Amino acid sequence: MPVLYQSRQNVIRIIIAISFLILAVRLIFLQLGSSRYDLLAMDNAVSKSIVYPERGIIFDRKGKSILENTKTYDLMVQPNLLRGLDTAGICQILGINKKAFHERVIAAIIRNGRYRPTVFEQSLNTEAFVKLQENIFRFEPGFFLQERPIRSYPFKSAAHILGYVGEVDSNILRRTNYFYQMGDYMGLSGLERFYEPILMGKRGVRFQVKDNKNRIVGRYEEGKFDSLAKAGRNLRTHIDIDVQVLAERLLKNKLGAIVAIDPQTGGIIAMASGPTYDPNLLTGSLRKNNFSWMLRDTARPLFNRAIKGQYPPGSTIKPMGALIALDEKVITPDFGISCNGAYYGCRRPIKCTHSYAGHAGNLRVALANSCNSYFSHIYRLAIDNPRIPGGADKGYVKWKEYMNSFGLGVKLGVDLPSEDKGMIADTGFYNRLYSNNWSSCTNVFLGIGQGEMTATPLQMANLMCIIANKGYYYTPHFVKAIDGETAADTLLNPYKKRHQVTSIPDTIYRIVQLGMQDVIETGTGRIARINGVSVAGKTGTAENYGIIYGRRQKLDDHSWFVCFAPVENPKIAVAVIVENGGFGATWAGPMAGLIMEQYLKDSLSATRLKEVERIEQEEIIIPIVKQKRNRLDSLRREKMKKVIMRATAMSGKNSDRRQQGEIPFTHLVAIKSEYEEQFI
Amino acid sequence: MRNSSFDISKGVDWGVVIVYALLVITGIASIFATTYRNEDLLNGFLSFNTDYSRQMLYFFFCIILAVFILLTDSKFFTATANIFYIIGIILMLLVFPFHTDIKGTQSIIRLPGFQFQPAELCKLFVNLALAKYLSSLDMDFKKLRSQVLASLFILGPAVLAVLQSETGLALVYLSFFLVMYREGMSSTVLWIGFSLTFLVILTLLLDPDILAVMLTVFAGILIFVLRRQFRRNRSLLFFIIGFWAVFVGIQRFAVPYFFEKVLKPYQVQRIYATVGKDFEVDPELMTEDEIRKMNDKKKAGNYNVKQSKIAIGSGGLFGKGLMQGTQTRYDFVPEQRTDFIFCTIGESYGFLGSIVLLGLYLFLLFRIINIAERQRSTFSRAYAYGVASVFFFHVFVNIGMTIGIVPVIGIPLPFMSFGGTALITYTTMLFILLRLDADRQMILR
Repeated sequence: MPVLYQSRQNVIRIIIAISFLILAVRLIFLQLGSSRYDLLAMDNAVSKSIVYPERGIIFDRKGKSILENTKTYDLMVQPNLLRGLDTAGICQILGINKKAFHERVIAAIIRNGRYRPTVFEQSLNTEAFVKLQENIFRFEPGFFLQERPIRSYPFKSAAHILGYVGEVDSNILRRTNYFYQMGDYMGLSGLERFYEPILMGKRGVRFQVKDNKNRIVGRYEEGKFDSLAKAGRNLRTHIDIDVQVLAERLLKNKLGAIVAIDPQTGGIIAMASGPTYDPNLLTGSLRKNNFSWMLRDTARPLFNRAIKGQYPPGSTIKPMGALIALDEKVITPDFGISCNGAYYGCRRPIKCTHSYAGHAGNLRVALANSCNSYFSHIYRLAIDNPRIPGGADKGYVKWKEYMNSFGLGVKLGVDLPSEDKGMIADTGFYNRLYSNNWSSCTNVFLGIGQGEMTATPLQMANLMCIIANKGYYYTPHFVKAIDGETAADTLLNPYKKRHQVTSIPDTIYRIVQLGMQDVIETGTGRIARINGVSVAGKTGTAENYGIIYGRRQKLDDHSWFVCFAPVENPKIAVAVIVENGGFGATWAGPMAGLIMEQYLKDSLSATRLKEVERIEQEEIIIPIVKQKRNRLDSLRREKMKKVIMRATAMSGKNSDRRQQGEIPFTHLVAIKSEYEEQFI
Repeated sequence: MRNSSFDISKGVDWGVVIVYALLVITGIASIFATTYRNEDLLNGFLSFNTDYSRQMLYFFFCIILAVFILLTDSKFFTATANIFYIIGIILMLLVFPFHTDIKGTQSIIRLPGFQFQPAELCKLFVNLALAKYLSSLDMDFKKLRSQVLASLFILGPAVLAVLQSETGLALVYLSFFLVMYREGMSSTVLWIGFSLTFLVILTLLLDPDILAVMLTVFAGILIFVLRRQFRRNRSLLFFIIGFWAVFVGIQRFAVPYFFEKVLKPYQVQRIYATVGKDFEVDPELMTEDEIRKMNDKKKAGNYNVKQSKIAIGSGGLFGKGLMQGTQTRYDFVPEQRTDFIFCTIGESYGFLGSIVLLGLYLFLLFRIINIAERQRSTFSRAYAYGVASVFFFHVFVNIGMTIGIVPVIGIPLPFMSFGGTALITYTTMLFILLRLDADRQMILR
């Protein structure tokens, strides 16, 4: 009988063999087929954490830090350790109710799981932090405090220059080819953005092994793949923080800008844009809130007028007109015209402020008197230059070349992102506008800084550098040096190059300077005089138009002032504009004087400080902006009033009511104090 | 034979013993690798609190047991087979009043300081009883009556296991059909079994209507090809048509009925998960409790297989080295010392290690079949085939489920998985075989 079915043993052997073959083939696919499972295993068991370096610090020219790192504290929660917690206690300190507490814990579990710490409250305010620090033992180990570095600005100043840091968005992630990761912070504007690669330092990476519940159990491969974080490098700037603070004070309640440059290096001493804001508002937990308020403000505090504001330069352009005419040799310094109150060279007369004989007798007096007729005339001489054949067209091209080489109508290349270039129209513009039929008369207004021409305050200050240096400039910039600079740091290279823009001999330059010196000593700019220092300057009163409710309207003139000092050995060149401030001498002049004095003498006398106060208190904002701004503010005030009332009510005797409030009390205090501190 | 009690090594197949020892030691090493948590080694091994030290204790016990078995007269096993079978059934029935519900199974009897799983032990008794029955003097296994009776022998404990929610253990009893096949059961039964399995898998994978059309087309083609033969053999036509009707009936009605009414939702879900499909149960057919249970089990089941595949897959060709595997070291694979012990091998020793282990099992199985075929007595041969079938089923299903080609049914990997009852059962099964083999010249009844 056993023999009967003996062959069946082979069937059974084959069944077993095939089954094992199936297992082996499956193992080949699983283990040798792809590295997918390696990655999944890494994902499972190895956590890669980024070690963030400290961002670099920014110093002013005297070595004061104007941008530092401080610590703020986050309250962290680890949900699996919450059993037996004094929930009421922590709710009271944070000013939240139990419902909100549970919601936050659940949110934390959803985000990171039970076994990993998650932020419960970001950037604790001082009050909550102090209370928690004393009492944290009561809530441990479920809760603990974790420090986090944030930026702080000890002078509450230079917001537009320094810029701000913020969390990267998906756009940046894509653009940087995923160099940054979700949750990273980077400089989003100002120097923070421009010098981001230097300030950010080098991130470190730490690989750690975790178990099935996401608990860290040790280092991966003894830290073989780890890398250390390298702190960001510091920046040494040309900024004089005292001048900067003064400039911002002067611009309080005004729209406008102040730029001060050291002509010998091109280093920017101060750059203020009014209105400005306290840069500390854009750090910490209320950043988003404050940001959106500022975005809605009609006075546009986030807008850096010094590099983005485009204004007609008015009379301040006149010295440049003189330089072009001199360089083109269409005039000599002795060239003069007779003006009796207006320029009649073209169809429509151009008015001049003076009418007495000899006020345009030569270049020097014409400059000192800011004679419109004279500069209209020499503009036309330059355009219709007989040595340039081809008529007004070719003459204008040459003129524009000069303007561009002076840094007008082009981006200067300052070390801030999103600089604007202003406008110098090209011939194509006029050809289109006047069907190829135009002459030097068509745009004669360019000679007196009106018409198809705008410039930024930075460009205007740079023009003063050219005159102060007698024909050259260095590209304006903030950063003097990078700590630990190597040849690989090419960011500063453009600022070491000297730009020669004219070939006028120094003696003739001297005449232009003398003309501008006369402006200060005997002319329209007397208000900017400084005792014991020779100042050269030029006022400007720029006509401008705005579109209000769809109608083009003439607005109050912009008040311009440009100057440099001392004339013999120029140390500072300043451009000031106060939007709709009237005559150049009214507001811009005195401001420029104060800026120069503060910088050159390093202090202001008591009488001068009074002047600062006077200017500070004056509000110059055109009605339409003010109107809209006030409406926004009253909206905000109403909202704030309610909030503050509720907060005060809750902070009163009845502490139970506070817990029912929707907004935590501690938040309200923060909002309230920041609200009161803010500009207006 | 007279000297056998003095020289127990005589006639023992040492190859099997060596492979056995290798597997158990590898198992202990793997349990050590996954459960060792930097405790004091000496203490860890001697305190018998740790899983690896307990497994070692079981191993020592098994060695002693093996010696005793080898010292026993082989006639003892034939003589007591039926009694043991009855004892086994009684033990399994005792589970119902005495069980403790652990992890959803109700198959473990807990006594103070001692616990065991009768369903596990019962495999041995069924094997002995089946061999005894097949070797009885008046046996003619070609008779349908004998085949049905033998099937009942097997299916009795299987039904009890199902009642204890141990579907996996119950399925193991099906492997005894291989023994019956070897002993003369019609091969049609085997073919029908395979076809049905294939059909069920197709039912799971394909839309019922498409499958029905496919079956119809297939039957049509068969009829067309064989049309000449029908004249001579009319029954063939009926045979094909009958088969077609049965198959369509199964896929259209029997399988859905079985899935909806007999199996629990989580089991259906697991079966679907194995073929890579998501299973949606009509929530109205279940109570809330059932839905919750199913979702829990679904999550657990998918998670186990996913993690197990990651662990094995990340082993690569050479593996990460003993105790270097991050997945098995840090508890990513649940049940990794019991049912999913193969993950440790796959991750630590990679493809090469896994193939070596598969080779060891294959060697063992073929060796047992060799042993079976050299027996003179039907009892010994049937018993040996029983051992081979049970081991084969366990190894294939266990490793198959860790690499995701077999639904997760909780059955251990013989000799390696942590667990006293299982190790003792398999050791006993194996050494009884060796004892019988040592006496292979004897005809046992």
